[in-house]
Amino acid sequence: MDFQLTDDQRALRAGIRELLARRFDSTALRAAVDGGGLDRGLWRALGEAGFFALRLPEEAGGVGLGLPEAVLLFEEAGRALLPGPLIATHLAAGLVEGAAEGRAVVTAPDGGLVEWLEEADVVRGDVAGAEPIRSADPLTPLHRLPDGGDKGPPEWALLTAAEQLGSAGRTTAMAVQHAREREQFGQPIGAFQAVKHLCAQMLVRTEVARAAVYAAAVTGDPVEIAGAKLLADEAAVRCARDCLQVYGGMGFTWEAEVHLHLKRAWLRRERWLPTVPAQELQAAALEEAM
Amino acid sequence: MDLSYTPEEEEFRARLREWLAVVLPGLPPKPDPLDWPGRRAYDTGWQRMLYDAGYARVHWGASATLRLIFLEETERAGAPYVGANFVGLLHAGPTIAAEGTEEQRARWLEPVLRGDEVWCQGFSEPDAGSDLAALRTRAVRDGDAYVVSGSKIWTSHAQVADWCELLVRTDPDAPRHRGISWLAMPMDAPGITVRPLRTLAGSDEFAQLFLDEVRIPVGHRVGAENDGWRVTMVTLSYERGTAFVGEVVACRRVLVEIARAAHKNGTWDDPVIRRRLGCLHAEFTALWRLIQWNVSESERTGGVPGVGGSVFKLRYSHARQELYDAAAAVLGPDALDLGREWTLDRLSSLSYTIAAGTSQIQQNIVAERILGLPKGR
Ligand SMILES: Cc1cc2nc3c(=O)[nH]c(=O)nc-3n(C[C@H](O)[C@H](O)[C@H](O)COP(=O)(O)OP(=O)(O)OC[C@H]3O[C@@H](n4cnc5c(N)ncnc54)[C@H](O)[C@@H]3O)c2cc1C
Repeated sequence: MDFQLTDDQRALRAGIRELLARRFDSTALRAAVDGGGLDRGLWRALGEAGFFALRLPEEAGGVGLGLPEAVLLFEEAGRALLPGPLIATHLAAGLVEGAAEGRAVVTAPDGGLVEWLEEADVVRGDVAGAEPIRSADPLTPLHRLPDGGDKGPPEWALLTAAEQLGSAGRTTAMAVQHAREREQFGQPIGAFQAVKHLCAQMLVRTEVARAAVYAAAVTGDPVEIAGAKLLADEAAVRCARDCLQVYGGMGFTWEAEVHLHLKRAWLRRERWLPTVPAQELQAAALEEAM
Repeated sequence: MDLSYTPEEEEFRARLREWLAVVLPGLPPKPDPLDWPGRRAYDTGWQRMLYDAGYARVHWGASATLRLIFLEETERAGAPYVGANFVGLLHAGPTIAAEGTEEQRARWLEPVLRGDEVWCQGFSEPDAGSDLAALRTRAVRDGDAYVVSGSKIWTSHAQVADWCELLVRTDPDAPRHRGISWLAMPMDAPGITVRPLRTLAGSDEFAQLFLDEVRIPVGHRVGAENDGWRVTMVTLSYERGTAFVGEVVACRRVLVEIARAAHKNGTWDDPVIRRRLGCLHAEFTALWRLIQWNVSESERTGGVPGVGGSVFKLRYSHARQELYDAAAAVLGPDALDLGREWTLDRLSSLSYTIAAGTSQIQQNIVAERILGLPKGR
């Protein structure tokens, strides 16, 4: 047992982080918020970097890596708050023409919602009766479906959990940086225990979620994936809220990035194994163990 | 990332499992929780069995992975917990192994492993708990001995211990962290009075120690004189980092038992209770994965567990309290019956956010040492 990232995994993570820093920095994020629409150029760049074809076998033109590597990529996507139906397209690689290369944008319904419907080239699943709603997340256009509809495979929940983990890590880092810099009462607010303890709890939530998400990626076990989703949802939502608190009034503004993380975290929590079914799955696993 | 075990490790697991299946049915009945001499005898007897079977060394020196397997298997089989051997096996022992001289290791380690000697921890004082470096118990050099006077408090298992890992102030004029030494004190030395303290659970599992000119040979000092704070940090990193690890598996077992009870009395049909137990299932699974993460990390960096132990301890203490609160929700009125094991366990769990560094102190450690936030003025 060596439950740490291998050198290759570290390199993969560093590569995608670097790509996202270059192609999707805060300026690009703001532009995406203001402009709407999906950046097709960025989508292609992700495709070229192997983001969508990562788990396709090499014979099929893919990269031939596994779920643990995919989780690292999606964690970075979550950290950068990358918009778009990333997971649907990733899962469509090899099944939908152009998905693997980032030439096609693929979406799929789940939990009574479907994202990026108008932008998508291909929809996998039934979206009959979809009505547009004013999405709470400015970076994710949404349609409401008349019923719950299809449920995605467990990987879907896992990759969503990975995005949540990335988001939790990001809001924790943002809060810590702000707490070091912002001064009140003649000292950095991070010297106050009330603030310090908020930050410590953010790290704890994130690290526990990380252990759960990475382990679930290694085992691929559906119950463990459901547990990872529960913990990562909690980490993403709570860390974003605490980050907002640490930012004070500035956190309540449209300018701060925090609300974007919180809104996306809420959205991800609603979809692909939301809280109640995930808890029920855990309860069923307990029953099994009796 | 690799969660699989090597064939040798799996073989170790299989052998251990087989051995447990043979010996556990022959164990004497568990002593009454209030009978301390009985508990000591039971716990050391178990340790002796482990020693004779070649498993005693698993807590230190062996690979941390083997230790995880050992904990998984012993807890799963319902084997006795370390109990009175907690301090000796889980932090005094590892500290002496890491910081002691060859002679000290030869003197103290074997008896702990054999279950011959029990240790306790004399760190906290009435006026120095969280602020441990404020400790005042004085040790004055007199020839080849230290003469120690002062008082220690909350000392678990003091009534039945042979040795005490004792922190003393050897240089009152030095800055507080620099004048401390780490000593091994024999509990039968003249001048020691042990006054049991009653816990909120009604037992006397800890005590106050009064030390009146107790003579301790200089050779009983582990680490250099006045360098005891550094040695203490080693002890505490074991205490926070690895000592509670086995209890996570135990909690998972209890959780299954709680689910069984919920089925029996119908509370399982209440979605609030059922989902609460479901959440705990996810929680303890994740905590075990976090342990594997921390262990892999410390194996890679070699040796002493890192500050990640504080992350674990914070979450675990809370989860354990949640576990017994959930048990109470399942038990209903029976949760007030002190005759029920879970009622006592629920009371004991209240100490988890206090002992071995309170949650507030752990949060300070995480914030300052991991996140790099400034110290308050
Ligand atoms: C069951 C049990 C067994 C124990 N066994 C042992 C043992 O074997 N050996 C031993 O040496 N000790 C033992 N202890 C003692 C334990 O380590 C101390 O109780 C603990 O470190 C807290 O110290 P204190 O009790 O003096 O509380 P205090 O330090 O007085 O703290 C009281 C409250 O104030 C808070 N507080 C204090 N300082 C700060 C700060 N800087 N920032 C924020 N909040 C703060 C604390 O978090 C706590 O909530 C045991 C304790 C318990 C409960």
